[in-house]
Amino acid sequence: MSENRTTDEGRRQFLGGTLALGGIAVAPGVFLVNVAGAKPADQPVTDKVRWGLLVDTTRCADGCDACVRACQEENGWGGPDSNEVKSSDEQKAQWIRKVHLRNKQTGSTHSLPLMCQHCEHPPCADVCPTGASFRRADGIVLVDKHTCIGCRYCMMACPYKARSFIHEELHGQKVNAPRGKGTVESCTFCVHRVDNDREPACVEACAAEGRRALIFGDMKDPDSEISQRLKRLGVRQLRADLGLNPGVHYEGV
Amino acid sequence: MARFSALTGRTAALAAVLALLSAPVLAGAPKPEIPRGKGDQCVEPTEVMRRHHMNFILHQRDETMHRGIRTKKHSLAECINCHVPKAEDPARQVHADSPKHFCSSCHTYTAVTIDCFGCHSDVPQETGVAKEDLVVPVHGSAPALDLEQEAARMVQAGGKAE
Amino acid sequence: MTKYDTFREVEGSKGFWTVFALFAAMVAVGLGAAWYMEHQGHWVTGMNNQIVWGTPHVFAVFLIVAASGALNVASIASVFGRVPYKPLARLSGLLAIALLVGGLAVLVLDLGRPDRLIVAMTYYNFKSIFAWNIFLYTGFMAIVGFYLWTMLDFRMRGYNKAAGMFAFIWRLVLTTGTGSIFGFLVARELYDSALMAPMFITMSFSFGLAIFLLVLLGLYHGTGRPVGDKILVRMKNLLGIFVAAVLYFVVVFHLTNLYAAEHWGAERFALLDGDIYTRLFWWVVVGLGSIVPLVLLFHPALGRRRSSIVVASILVIIGGLAQMYVVIIGGQAYPLNIFPGMEVSSSFYDGVVADYAPSLPEVLLGLGGVGIALAAVMLGVRVLRFLPDSLEDAQVDPHHSRTETGEAEAQPAG
Repeated sequence: MSENRTTDEGRRQFLGGTLALGGIAVAPGVFLVNVAGAKPADQPVTDKVRWGLLVDTTRCADGCDACVRACQEENGWGGPDSNEVKSSDEQKAQWIRKVHLRNKQTGSTHSLPLMCQHCEHPPCADVCPTGASFRRADGIVLVDKHTCIGCRYCMMACPYKARSFIHEELHGQKVNAPRGKGTVESCTFCVHRVDNDREPACVEACAAEGRRALIFGDMKDPDSEISQRLKRLGVRQLRADLGLNPGVHYEGV
Repeated sequence: MARFSALTGRTAALAAVLALLSAPVLAGAPKPEIPRGKGDQCVEPTEVMRRHHMNFILHQRDETMHRGIRTKKHSLAECINCHVPKAEDPARQVHADSPKHFCSSCHTYTAVTIDCFGCHSDVPQETGVAKEDLVVPVHGSAPALDLEQEAARMVQAGGKAE
Repeated sequence: MTKYDTFREVEGSKGFWTVFALFAAMVAVGLGAAWYMEHQGHWVTGMNNQIVWGTPHVFAVFLIVAASGALNVASIASVFGRVPYKPLARLSGLLAIALLVGGLAVLVLDLGRPDRLIVAMTYYNFKSIFAWNIFLYTGFMAIVGFYLWTMLDFRMRGYNKAAGMFAFIWRLVLTTGTGSIFGFLVARELYDSALMAPMFITMSFSFGLAIFLLVLLGLYHGTGRPVGDKILVRMKNLLGIFVAAVLYFVVVFHLTNLYAAEHWGAERFALLDGDIYTRLFWWVVVGLGSIVPLVLLFHPALGRRRSSIVVASILVIIGGLAQMYVVIIGGQAYPLNIFPGMEVSSSFYDGVVADYAPSLPEVLLGLGGVGIALAAVMLGVRVLRFLPDSLEDAQVDPHHSRTETGEAEAQPAG
């Protein structure tokens, strides 16, 4: 029995390896994104990478909420068939929202998406008594819902009101986004996608709309698009005065 | 003598009560009907799994959450994919609240409450990311390989890729 | 000191057990409310993603703050050596533990996952003041427990002064920790202040003593044991000083904020157009909870009446609860200022004052905590010797003489 298993495993590994190589050879025009940077499933994340998001508000349109709908679809919250049926509107979770701004002096208006800012010094992680709210080595701030006791102190501490609490029993959760009653949650930068070298759903959706207002990438990679864009004038962080060094940057507001 | 008969009387009564209460246990509570999973073998031997599945799950959850390790072998989603059959008709899908669900079948029998499905999906779903393990696509550029085809070939050749 | 105090258990009379049953019923209802909230989820409460801490936290923080203050009387006896307070030290310790247990029970039962309390006690993030509070609170119970042991057990009396000093310092750290829960939140304009910790300490003195006075008078009146005016006058004056101290901190807090242009919006909300929060602040916190008690306690004629002490204590407690409501809930209701200089709106209630109304399960849970505290005190004085037989003037201060204090001291209970 075990002999067969070893043979099977050997076969799998051989095929896997061949396929990977074959992929490079067989499919022209598809190239692996920085082979050294792409993380294999069995390797831990490191701080050699810091994920960041740039929101170009000049390209963000007032009536568009593609990012919100994509997040809802990807992570299984909100929308018309939300699984939060008993919660009031003020109690329903929102991982990302469109915020409409109007300058009091000039009257000019902006619109931008606001989500967890994935701070370098997250106050939510500082105040969490059990350490459930934490910052991963690669900069993504997450809630470990196995350890979350639902005290909501992180929600008090967040300067961006990025977090939501689940007020009722849920069913039909997405496999990539476990969510449950009595725990706190927020935008995860679609960590399940990022770990598989894809972009967050909101970023993909914005690109699909043709706006490309959301740019995602590794801020520690000097050649990445986001690193280049962050050098531009007029790019700033929200509540930068708090010294949290968020991973999300906004341009044009 | 009277005291002795009182004692036997009380003992008899106690024995009767105990017998009544233990009848269901002695008769044997219905053994769980454990649904059969896909394939011919689990990722670990059955005896190992019986004794240690909670340890594998606990270890994997911390590895995934904190270190971003998403290996398939002890992934909860992969357990579900094999062990919980997806019903054709969504209305007839077995969920964790039913003793027919793979996890609940044993856990109902042993009366050990599990917390997993308060948050986790208890039925198989496409993760949408698994196939990308094979070839790494570039951000927002040309389309990737036909991964369906490649995955099907892998499965045919001898099981899931690591 | 030639007179020794006699401590005696309270008799279990019909009246005693009736009152106890009332508190026990409050506890039962509170537990039922907690079960309902946990089973259904928090959708049954008035709390939401904007106001995440509601009425249970108002009660819980009030009880916890009062708990540390209730120990004050014992500290005055053991640490500062004031003889007239010594007979009261045991009750003070008992009340402190009881109030803390009541407050903690409410806090724990309101958690989203109260079944994970064991996780909270095994996984620690020591950057969090909450994690420290777990040790500060449980440590408090252990230390005050030991302190009570030095008072109840004659053989342990040698450790009394050290235990008293340790307990005193511990509770200052504990209350600082409780105030810092809010003071550390830089994101919220109405919390981010170093004044939170000392303000909470003075509030603890005030609320704790008010509750102690009411419990003392209630127990002595109910059991027919005598209480002299001398000890009451001392305590009522002390209460007045504490109420004034709290008012001082509140004034300084708002005046400081008013000086800074960046805080005008928040201050306007708190003091002027914050609707229920403004009304509660001026009418209840400042008016009923501070000024009226000050008048009642320090007025030359009114201050001599026992009824004044009772009414003042009740008003201080009501004012204290209102203060917790304004601080905890009002502080959350005011919107975060993420985009200075901009008018903000969104689907997630950005830029607007958040809505909140206390729901029945929350109120019942909070009252359940009060029930736990009071039931525990009643049980304690019934089972162990916490209550002195007599608090008559001659008993309390053997050096007391009638001529020294004058005619006013001899006033009958009013």
